[in-house]
Amino acid sequence: MNGFALVGHQFRYDQKAFWRNPASVFFTVMFPVIVFLILAVVFNGETVDVRGGVEATTYYVPAIMSLSIISATMQTLAMTLVIAREDGRLKRGRGTPMPPWVFIAGSIGNSIVVALMMLVLLAAIGGILYGVDIPWDRLPAILLSLVVGAASFCCLGIALTAAIPSQDAAAAIVNALLLPLYFLSGVFIPEDQLPNGVITFADLFPVRHFFDAFFDAYVPAGGPAVSWDNLAVVALWGVAGALLAIKFFRWTPRSS
Amino acid sequence: MSYGATEAVRGIDLEVNRGEVFAFLGPNGAGKTTTVEILEGYRRRTGGEVAVLGEDPERAGREWRERIGIVLQSGRLDPYLTVRESLDLYAGYFRSPRPTDEVIALVGLEGKADERTSRLSGGQQRRLDVGMALVGDPELLFLDEPTTGFDPSARRQAWDVIAGLRDLGKTVFLTTHYMDEAQRLADRVTIIAAGEIVARGTPEDLGERESGETTIRYRADGRDVVLNTTDPVKALHELTGEALERGEALEGLEVTRPSLEDVYLELTDDVERRQAGAAAEAAE
Repeated sequence: MNGFALVGHQFRYDQKAFWRNPASVFFTVMFPVIVFLILAVVFNGETVDVRGGVEATTYYVPAIMSLSIISATMQTLAMTLVIAREDGRLKRGRGTPMPPWVFIAGSIGNSIVVALMMLVLLAAIGGILYGVDIPWDRLPAILLSLVVGAASFCCLGIALTAAIPSQDAAAAIVNALLLPLYFLSGVFIPEDQLPNGVITFADLFPVRHFFDAFFDAYVPAGGPAVSWDNLAVVALWGVAGALLAIKFFRWTPRSS
Repeated sequence: MSYGATEAVRGIDLEVNRGEVFAFLGPNGAGKTTTVEILEGYRRRTGGEVAVLGEDPERAGREWRERIGIVLQSGRLDPYLTVRESLDLYAGYFRSPRPTDEVIALVGLEGKADERTSRLSGGQQRRLDVGMALVGDPELLFLDEPTTGFDPSARRQAWDVIAGLRDLGKTVFLTTHYMDEAQRLADRVTIIAAGEIVARGTPEDLGERESGETTIRYRADGRDVVLNTTDPVKALHELTGEALERGEALEGLEVTRPSLEDVYLELTDDVERRQAGAAAEAAE
């Protein structure tokens, strides 16, 4: 098989394993849907004071989409790669003729497909249950934001594996980083209810910029569809992640 | 060859012939895994020359990896894939893989083909490890401590699989700290202790060479008598001749050759003691 076919081959088995793993299905697929439904029920009928005012349910569709994309990419990759590393599966794979990058590429493919699926799922739920319009004319901007975000958060997830010493630590470290950032970035609590300083602080990290960009792409309320400056910040984080990953990623177990 | 601050192995000279089962035997921490990981291309060496299938493992590429199979000392498989799926996944990595059903039969997992790997017993998982290394139909197979921690029946099953590899014409490089494993499976054995090679030969040779003494035991007047001799035929002739003349029975007469185990313990103890002595001297 050539490199491209090999990635496809690896991807098929990564998909199988993903859908059979109850933890990945719950945290990556079910959890965002549940969170969206809870927030929509709680804040239904309210208006969020951004871009001249949008309905809360409209606000939460791109918010939870951002969370889903980050979860499918950064979170899923960091966890599965650490588990594969500590299981010795990365080391075992290196003993075969498969080029090592194929393993990573298969996992990235898996992440991007899941992210795309979550986008469709949340758009459908928002549209059907709460009448949140799907902005078809903004599709190019949505896909561009998805690609930039998914690629960048994949790189950050791979880089993060270097800081995770064991399988047990993986979930704790990833959640300790991301959950506070979701809150601070206005993903869970509408940003008009957060003090100014909080958003300013959150602006130091990529989660907030990605949410901002995705919001602009999805909600026609105001401004251009493509938020170049926010996407640029996200991409810069991605490049930094890629450099760190190239430097510090390891194939052999840390324990033993 | 060394890595980090300490020299893990030195002056190691190994030659493995095509088609043989070669056992690299030594106690834990002797440098077996370091050596085998250098041969597999996982570790860089600080010195020395290595050729595996005619190539330097540090520089060998995909072509070379098509021809070798590696069973690591520890490692798990994807718990959410079945035995067959795990093997199929690996089959895709090789240009001309052995058919998955054949591999499953070779390692005796026919009844478990559609079971998830997480539901296999320790012994079955280890046999699947060997199966994963056989998928590419390699010429040379590395097995790093394939039966450590097994119960006796799982060991027997693993041994049968390894013995079957020789019949397939594979060259097998086996590391182990079990004497009986080397004795049972290997055509040739090299013993390493504390990073140095202390003996080499066929399992039979090793028993002879190092301590040529035979032990004769019997009871006389209620006391145990032990004779060590290098000429057991003569000693026995004299002993039994005298006993017959005197009409004695030589109760519990026993003639034993040193087991490979004895030779192994003697050799590995020696070198460890010598090195400890040298280290103590150097410290003074």
